[in-house]
Amino acid sequence: MKKILILFSHPKFEKSRANLALVNLIKDINGVTFQDLYECYPDFNVDIAKEKVLLEAHDIIIWHHPFYWYSCPPLMKQWIDTVLEFGWAYGPKGNALNHKTCLNVITTGKSREVYCAEGSNSFTINQFLRPFEQTANLCGMDYLPPFAVMETHKLTDDQLADYAKQYAKLISLLQQGISVNDYEAFSFLNDIPKLKTF
Amino acid sequence: MTGSLLFEAIIFLLGAIVCVSIAKKLGLSSVIGYLLAGVLIGPYVLGCIGQEGEDILHFAEFGVVMMLFLIGLEIDPKNFWNMRKTILGMGGLQVAGTMLLSYLFFSFLGFDWIVSLVIAMAVALSSTAIALQTIKEKGLMNTTSGTSSFSILLFQDIIVILMLGVLPLLVDSDNIPSIQDSSKQANLLDNLPMGLQTLAIIFSVVLIVVSGKYLIVPVLRKVAKTGVRELLIASAFLIVFSISFLMEYVGLSPALGAFLGGVVLSNSEYKHELESTLEPFKNLLLGLFFMAVGASINFIVIANSPLTIGGILVAIIIIKAIVLFITGRVFGLKLDQNLLLTFGLAQIGEFAFVLLSFAFSLNILNQEQMDMMLVITALSMSMTPIVSMINERLILPKIGTKESITRPLDHIAKSQKIILVGFGHFGSTVGRFLRSHGVEATILDHDSNRVDFLRKMGFEVYYGDASRMDLLESAGIADAKILICAIDNPSITKKISKLVKSKYPHVELMIRAKNRDEAYDLLNLGFENIYRETLDTSLSLAKDVLNKLGFRKYTLHRQVQNFIKYDEESLRRLAKESREDDNYIFKARKEIEEQEKLLDQDLKRGLIDYDTLWDSEQIRKALEKTKPQ
Repeated sequence: MKKILILFSHPKFEKSRANLALVNLIKDINGVTFQDLYECYPDFNVDIAKEKVLLEAHDIIIWHHPFYWYSCPPLMKQWIDTVLEFGWAYGPKGNALNHKTCLNVITTGKSREVYCAEGSNSFTINQFLRPFEQTANLCGMDYLPPFAVMETHKLTDDQLADYAKQYAKLISLLQQGISVNDYEAFSFLNDIPKLKTF
Repeated sequence: MTGSLLFEAIIFLLGAIVCVSIAKKLGLSSVIGYLLAGVLIGPYVLGCIGQEGEDILHFAEFGVVMMLFLIGLEIDPKNFWNMRKTILGMGGLQVAGTMLLSYLFFSFLGFDWIVSLVIAMAVALSSTAIALQTIKEKGLMNTTSGTSSFSILLFQDIIVILMLGVLPLLVDSDNIPSIQDSSKQANLLDNLPMGLQTLAIIFSVVLIVVSGKYLIVPVLRKVAKTGVRELLIASAFLIVFSISFLMEYVGLSPALGAFLGGVVLSNSEYKHELESTLEPFKNLLLGLFFMAVGASINFIVIANSPLTIGGILVAIIIIKAIVLFITGRVFGLKLDQNLLLTFGLAQIGEFAFVLLSFAFSLNILNQEQMDMMLVITALSMSMTPIVSMINERLILPKIGTKESITRPLDHIAKSQKIILVGFGHFGSTVGRFLRSHGVEATILDHDSNRVDFLRKMGFEVYYGDASRMDLLESAGIADAKILICAIDNPSITKKISKLVKSKYPHVELMIRAKNRDEAYDLLNLGFENIYRETLDTSLSLAKDVLNKLGFRKYTLHRQVQNFIKYDEESLRRLAKESREDDNYIFKARKEIEEQEKLLDQDLKRGLIDYDTLWDSEQIRKALEKTKPQ
């Protein structure tokens, strides 16, 4: 079973209806380490050594965060900037993360439809996530398409609960080992048919 | 003309105050002022004081004794060891070169070889009093010219022991007059053979070193424990007097003994207490000394043979200057630094008085030779400030660069001086954090045990009552960038802050305040950087309590910052309200009123819910409103 590390970043988790629903269902799953970055490092002083140990002990890294301003909250950027060190995560001898798997789990206010060339956000989610994709590439990780909970403001509690279940399903899929065939046809992991069958 | 002691004292003080103020106003060294005052009140101009100028000179030499004691205190034997090459090299070269050239010069003038040798010795020595006073006044102590001058003077201070020891050996023992000059105090050793005299001198030096370590420091410790400040002053004087007495008793210069005593005590925790106690007395006595030098210039001797004296004076200054310049060159001083050194030390020093009168008492010199040399010595000392001024005003501006432009890093660190007052639980944390960043604060503390320990840990620590300006000054407040006041006594905190603000307004003050009350007072006194010791800690605790109750850490973290900001603002607002009815009876009542006021403000501020950052509820509500039904 693959070990999963969820790096969760939300500056006001207590007020996030969507993320409370998602996190509550998955944080205690066996084999999942849930790392609540804003609770661990409220002063932004990321414990680099500790984070590296965590990374080394896991096979799949999930960046779970709200999609603020088409990107991640600042502490997560701080985490990327400080933990993914030259000579460790990348560079000539930086192969600590090689062959691990990486993906973003995001929540957005707007729907998938506005994230396109014709929509009000002009670009697709996958395009906006390019920096994360390339970060994973540079570190030698396999980057998967995102799992996105979108239009969160309009979701009912039931719909949110459904998303949480899909998230849990995704985790169990990841734990068993996901293959390229499973996702190569999709630009979102949400679209894998297996996730819809509870 | 002269009356009582009081009258004389008035004359000297008046002369000093008038002339030194004028000199300072004209931008001249205070030494010039003192010398001028001496000449003015001396027997040849106003005649306010007569021949007793010489006696006063002897008395005022005590200022030199104190100065050397203080210089000794400044010299950590370890630093001394580091400076050994400069001291031995520069000092040795200077003394040897000057002695050789002046010996040849005086032999050429037809003086006897012994006389030439003695005069050469006297000429080789520069004036510690004048040179160091000038260097300190100009703040040149940390420049290469300053340290070089200091090294040379130090070597001279040491070599003069040897010179004084050698003098008796230059004459046959039969030649020594059995009856001493009545003005000179008969000393213990006159009747002893030369070998024993030397032995006694060595013995007394050893005595100073040993008693410094095993007698003076323990006694000072006892005295300090009594907490009576004037006892420490008394002890400081007792030390200097005793050493001087011992030295005179065995026929040595008291100044040398004092210097030695100073070096012995330089590693003790009382170094700075002694320093700041003696400093004002030293300064006054040195002033007196300079005035006495001015007053003792015998214008009759000058009038009798002006050309000879003028010629010899100029020749000596030139000889000294040439040797000093070459010495500076050999040791790689830059031109401008070298010139400062050259002109600063090109005079005959006060040791010459000692050396010459000792030689006179040994019948090596006759009265005429001695008078001439004394006049030349006094004149050369008077010339130094003038020559230095010409150098600085006319020569230096035209050549070379100032050293302050290119300095190695440690010098920058030194110029960014931080003084930390109080090294208790609060101050030590501050000091440790600064030190972990390579910022070494100069520490002032009044706990002798702690001072001991901190010294062992390699901190630069000054011991004593930090509300005394002289202690702050010896700790270097004049060059300090920041003073951190970390003591827990509000009244002393206020005293220090006010003192520093009024005298050294450029020093930034960072002040620890016990509580709101003290913070109000400090704010009302116009201090800005005030740190309440309980604010951060109590909020840190409150934050952890709320976290245990389930509040998120990052939210709390931000709210603590906000609360501090809000509390600082309310502190400043409330400080402005009249607090004149401060009086002890109502203090408790006042504190309660204060609490009421604060709680009232908090109520108006409301619960911490106004922060809607990252909160999607607003967006949700807005969307709901626009939702087409």
